[in-house]
Amino acid sequence: MEFKRREAPFLAPQVSVSSLMLQVLAAMVPAAMAHVWYFGPGFIFNLLVAALFAAAGEALMLSLRSRKPESGLTDYSALVTAALLAFALPSLTPWWVTATGALFAVVVAKHLYGGLGFNIFNPAMAGYVVVLVAFPMHLNLWVAPSMGDLDYQHLSILQTLAFTLTGSLPEGMTVDAISRATPLDVMKSGLNNARTVTEIRAIPIMGDFGGRGWEWIGNFLAFGGLWLLIKKIIRWQIPVGVFIGLLLPATIMYMLDQGSHASPGFHLFGGATILCAFFIATDPVTAATSPKGRFVYGLGIGLLIYCIRRWGSYADGVAFAVLLMNMAVPAIDYLTRPHIVGHNDGVNRSRSGGNDA
Amino acid sequence: MSIGILERFKIGLWRDNPGLVQLLGLCPLLAVTATFVNGLGLGIATLAVLMASNALVSATRRWIQPEIRVPIYVLIIASLVTCIELVFKAWFPDLDRSLGIFIPLIVTNCAIVARAEIFASRNPVGTSIIDGLVMGSGFALLLLTIGAFRELLGQGTLFSRIDMLFGGEPVRGLVLAENGWLLLVLPPGAFFSLALAIAAKNLIDMRRKESSAATPRRARILNR
Repeated sequence: MEFKRREAPFLAPQVSVSSLMLQVLAAMVPAAMAHVWYFGPGFIFNLLVAALFAAAGEALMLSLRSRKPESGLTDYSALVTAALLAFALPSLTPWWVTATGALFAVVVAKHLYGGLGFNIFNPAMAGYVVVLVAFPMHLNLWVAPSMGDLDYQHLSILQTLAFTLTGSLPEGMTVDAISRATPLDVMKSGLNNARTVTEIRAIPIMGDFGGRGWEWIGNFLAFGGLWLLIKKIIRWQIPVGVFIGLLLPATIMYMLDQGSHASPGFHLFGGATILCAFFIATDPVTAATSPKGRFVYGLGIGLLIYCIRRWGSYADGVAFAVLLMNMAVPAIDYLTRPHIVGHNDGVNRSRSGGNDA
Repeated sequence: MSIGILERFKIGLWRDNPGLVQLLGLCPLLAVTATFVNGLGLGIATLAVLMASNALVSATRRWIQPEIRVPIYVLIIASLVTCIELVFKAWFPDLDRSLGIFIPLIVTNCAIVARAEIFASRNPVGTSIIDGLVMGSGFALLLLTIGAFRELLGQGTLFSRIDMLFGGEPVRGLVLAENGWLLLVLPPGAFFSLALAIAAKNLIDMRRKESSAATPRRARILNR
């Protein structure tokens, strides 16, 4: 009788980049649908433009580097970059702004550093920061969430498409009539004008915790993120680090002075905190790699987000925080190398280990 | 000297360009090249200081004690820069305001100290002046190329406010577009532009090497 012999590993791990990226994309679908529901079809157009130019940039760079275009295009990483960019950009963004961001993300931030796996900076955030710095006036057309009771003008699908393609609004509509400051903007300018948090939170765009509509996108992103955690596609250290790094100072400041500091719930559901914690900071290429390092990396991002939101000149600081911590990753990885069993990485440690035994 | 003037120009403008290859004097190179006229203005100032400092260092090279040579070089360069600064204040006040601190900062431009140390301190006055001219023009050409590139993409214009250098009414220059890509006017744009320029130079050098390697060996020996 012959027994079939099995050898370890008994369960094959998911190692293919494309299935990983597809699952990340799938986890973003509910939030994307919520985004379209609350902020109109602009998100879809942004995503299409970003995906088109990211894929074109990827194909161009792969052919310049004499690699097979299929290898890079079928791993869907350019699509993930495009999706993150679409989440970061306002729903009314002219196409050339989105295209610049997508091309910069793929061509400069990814391929000039050696392609997927070698890039130092998160491509989507690098692309976003470039357009944020280069076209500041084109990046503030956030529309108000469609909640039924808020008084403002909607754009139809065709009008949104026309704006995306030409950058001009339909006759008789002004930028002021359709766009609203984001909750973080309102909070920042309100606090700068010496108003109290309670006064600011009475403005109708504010919801239970963050901004109306925004909270729901945040919830769906959190669902997607938890699913990624369960599927073990991302590790818990980075999201937990980001939340602790952001919410700890937010809670302390809120407890010290409730009038001039937004509540931790507002920080959690305002802006891109949840997107950052589950989808941006967890990019396996640009994040730290050791377990302890991941936590430190997330913690740094959270702290930086809080500092930029509270004392910086930009309303949200996710992109800057992620890029700054990307730079710190080599140092973090160096300082948090896990102890290798059987290796003495220092006289002191081996001595104390001997005493314990 | 065994190297002819033409060969020397090739070295200064291309092979050993102070900015592109030696990566010296990057502070003014990155800081003032937002427009063509700024790049040209600082380029001319640097060129003048470099030629004069090379001449003075070379003329006094027999009396300078090697132990204290660098302070002496800095002293010579600083006096020359003071003269240039006064010239700019007297004749090009607008340009002087636009370039600001970077005119006095020519003192710390390591391209100039490097030429004094490497070349002028061990060569006769004539060759040193030529070396200053060559290296200075290499630096100035890079400055105005990057200035033109950044102005074109950053503001959509070329040669705007050229009157600051040549006099006359304030001009907007060649207006090609009403708006530009703000990023290129900002400091990161300077780094990107310089990186692109260096990459372009390396690419051209690589192509040349390939094409010369393709020609038969004998022909190459004859060409020398």
